[in-house]
Amino acid sequence: MEIKLTLNGKPVTASIDADTLLIDFVRDHGCYSVKRGCETANCGLCTVLMDGTPVLSCSVLAARAAGHHVQTLEGLQEEAEDFVGFIADQGAEQCGFCNPGFVMNTIALLRENPDPTDDEIRAYLAGNLCRCSGYEGQLRGIRAYLDSRKGAQA
Amino acid sequence: MSENKFRVVSRPVRKKDAMQLLLGKPAYVDDVTPHDCLVVKVLRSPHAHALIEEINTDIAMKVPRIACVFTYKDVPQKRFTMAGQTFPEPSPYDRLILDRRVRFVGDAVAIVAGESEKAVDKALKLIKVKYQVLEPVLDIHTAKNNKILVHPEDSWRSLCPVGADNQRNLCASESCGDGDVDAVLASCDEVVDHVYHTKACQQAMMETFRTYTEIDHYGRLHIISSTQIVFHVRRIIANALDIPKSKIHVEKPRIGGGFGAKQTVVAEVYPALVTWKTGKPAKMIYTREECQIAGSPRHEMEVHVRVGANRDGVIRAIDVYTLSNTGAFGEHGPTTVGLSGHKSIPLYTGNLEAFRFAYDVVYTNMQAAGAYRGYGATQGIFAVESAVSELADRLGIDPVAIREKNMVREGQVMTAYYNEQADACALDRCMERCKEIFGWDEKYPVRDMGNGKVRTAGVAMAMQGSGISGVDVGSATIKLSDEGFYNLMIGAADMGTGCDTILAQMAAECLDCSLEDIAVFGADSDASPYDSGSYASSTTYVTGKAVEKACEQLKENICAVAADLLNCKPDELEFAGRAVRRIDGTGEVSLFDIATKSMCGNSTAVEATVSHSSPISPPPFMVGMVEIELDRETGQVDVLDYAAVVDCGTPVNPNLARVQTEGGIVQGIGMALFEDVTYEPTGRIVENSFMQYKIPTRLDMGKLRVEFESSYEQSGPFGAKSIGEIVINTPSPAIAHAIAHATGVWHRELPITPEKVLRGIRKGQE
Repeated sequence: MEIKLTLNGKPVTASIDADTLLIDFVRDHGCYSVKRGCETANCGLCTVLMDGTPVLSCSVLAARAAGHHVQTLEGLQEEAEDFVGFIADQGAEQCGFCNPGFVMNTIALLRENPDPTDDEIRAYLAGNLCRCSGYEGQLRGIRAYLDSRKGAQA
Repeated sequence: MSENKFRVVSRPVRKKDAMQLLLGKPAYVDDVTPHDCLVVKVLRSPHAHALIEEINTDIAMKVPRIACVFTYKDVPQKRFTMAGQTFPEPSPYDRLILDRRVRFVGDAVAIVAGESEKAVDKALKLIKVKYQVLEPVLDIHTAKNNKILVHPEDSWRSLCPVGADNQRNLCASESCGDGDVDAVLASCDEVVDHVYHTKACQQAMMETFRTYTEIDHYGRLHIISSTQIVFHVRRIIANALDIPKSKIHVEKPRIGGGFGAKQTVVAEVYPALVTWKTGKPAKMIYTREECQIAGSPRHEMEVHVRVGANRDGVIRAIDVYTLSNTGAFGEHGPTTVGLSGHKSIPLYTGNLEAFRFAYDVVYTNMQAAGAYRGYGATQGIFAVESAVSELADRLGIDPVAIREKNMVREGQVMTAYYNEQADACALDRCMERCKEIFGWDEKYPVRDMGNGKVRTAGVAMAMQGSGISGVDVGSATIKLSDEGFYNLMIGAADMGTGCDTILAQMAAECLDCSLEDIAVFGADSDASPYDSGSYASSTTYVTGKAVEKACEQLKENICAVAADLLNCKPDELEFAGRAVRRIDGTGEVSLFDIATKSMCGNSTAVEATVSHSSPISPPPFMVGMVEIELDRETGQVDVLDYAAVVDCGTPVNPNLARVQTEGGIVQGIGMALFEDVTYEPTGRIVENSFMQYKIPTRLDMGKLRVEFESSYEQSGPFGAKSIGEIVINTPSPAIAHAIAHATGVWHRELPITPEKVLRGIRKGQE
């Protein structure tokens, strides 16, 4: 079947099998930031934005994305660069394999709630698993970013 | 951190690859290798134990776009081990790539390669196999000397004297000790005597096992794999394919986590066979399910502990017997078990009069185990630390006080740790500090919250090693390049831990330059100097020392080139970072000019390679304290607060050491509370996805607080020991301890799920 969608701002027309998953579709289109960590929608690594909403691309058919606007980390570099340095300053990226999904969901969080509490951050990102960092350093990084933003505003 | 006498070492610098990883740039095997290669998958056994009577691949081969289907008839008949260990490996040679006998549910039956995943999936379904189903060995207690043998074959081989005997289902067996443990225990006022059971937990690194293979332009097999051990992969694949080692080139890109899983050659053999036989590029990517059922998890162990003490709390004797389940194959079986005693008993060196440590490692028809952070120490420490806490309870002594009375202290000889002396040991300071930051005296033992919930505290100590003494080799090559920057080449594998960065910090410290002046490369079996690989907590301590030594040698070479330029002797010069100076102050030449000279009319290599190995393995030490809230109506346990103080020697990068500690603690919390591995009666694993195998999320870990109390290890680089493994060892015993105070029940089997807690409470009420 043929689908048309917008991928990171660019119109894409592609011929796909009806059972193609969105994760495989975006990787086939060079978006290697999108990672598969499980097959059961449990890890959050494959998070992409569809019309601005975070979805697990392993659980969405590519056909479902037809007519929609899909964004991966490749298309949100500037927005990510704003805050990921703070996570790097904690050493909390570690192996990095979970980072793109976690960063995508953090972008969604900060768009929705620009000034979240620690508990709101934990709850929003609960579906993003990380086996290396123990999560605390990621939280410190986001917190440091939010504090720096407040400092800049003050 | 108090005073820091270093310039780059002991600084919380960013990891060199941090921004690339955080911005999702292509870095891992499947990002950086071609996609138009053969897809490789494995048909897996539905039986725990069977012989293949017939296997028919004709129809599968007819599926369009299928390149090959291999069965046991197509593979070399020389047994090998997939364990990434120094040759000769203690792990027995008990594997074929494919075998007629299948030994666990998930064992490889056939390999299929094709041009698309769909074609391969279809072909897998069309392979017809007729099995002669055999009775499996699924009980570790009856495995030894069972009439059913997991490895009856004559071609099974054990290369090292580890007490292995395939005719008895024994992968290893040994006993050692010091003093008359039975006599001392008999004269003790109190003896705690229990068996502790830990499960075959999965590393659950986010990137599953994966390997790409191709034939390069020299006709060699080029392997790009997510591995901790490029050099061992070279040897193991050569053994498996029965081809010369010289025909293989292995490299690793970024690795999406390892934790020891990738110290075993889990996925590499399959695409390697396909590429070697077909000449075509191939790739194998493990599914999460395959990782769960056919990976290389922690060894399930039953640890029988007897700890004896006098009424005053003086611990006089410890007797440990470990029964370890290596599963269907012996990878890391003979070695992991040793740590269950040798890294638990020495914690109580203080007043110890006698100890004994014995073990059996048995084959069963279950998933083969491997290396997982902690490597046996985790299991042993859960057992011994639990027993000591119970001992304290029985004697009415504070569990912190009993530890302070008996713990190993600096300068003591640890008889249960190969008679090594604890030259650098701040365990006492770790305890003191942890008690303080945690607020032990306020939180221990029980606070009733008045709503059916109780808050309780638990404590545990831990140790590990720093590399394998007398075995591990770390190497570094450092060279001066254009305009005075340096290339650092290593064979150790950064799997997210940050070793590329901390080794560069050490080089920058030695060479008096900035971290940006060091470009790191690794790991590649053709280009890197030899390194055993990143495991056994070896990289900082062993490879780090190699970096330090290589830099010293390079400085001499640089001074030799400078001597030519300054028309003097090298011994009249001193290295001063961006320049080399005459000691008498009469002249200098810049590093820029030396680098330029080194590439024009020069015959002195401004490059040095040094290998290092250590005769000792200095232990890092640690104390962990946990506060939990336990709901007596549901059995739910929430971790509220975890405080840890670690003595890893000098933390080379305090940020990375801290995150290692936090990550290890959370992994340990998972092991203590939720991560279970259970088998159906047929031998099938129930927890075969993240749906059933629950690893901790951000909502499961409470508050974490980590501090360092550093000793200074003279034999390590800049006083460093190790950090990577020890950090997983305290949560299980500390949490079990806290639960015991909340419910009155000692849980001696992990994980301690709400169901078990509630049953324990109910049983206690009966």
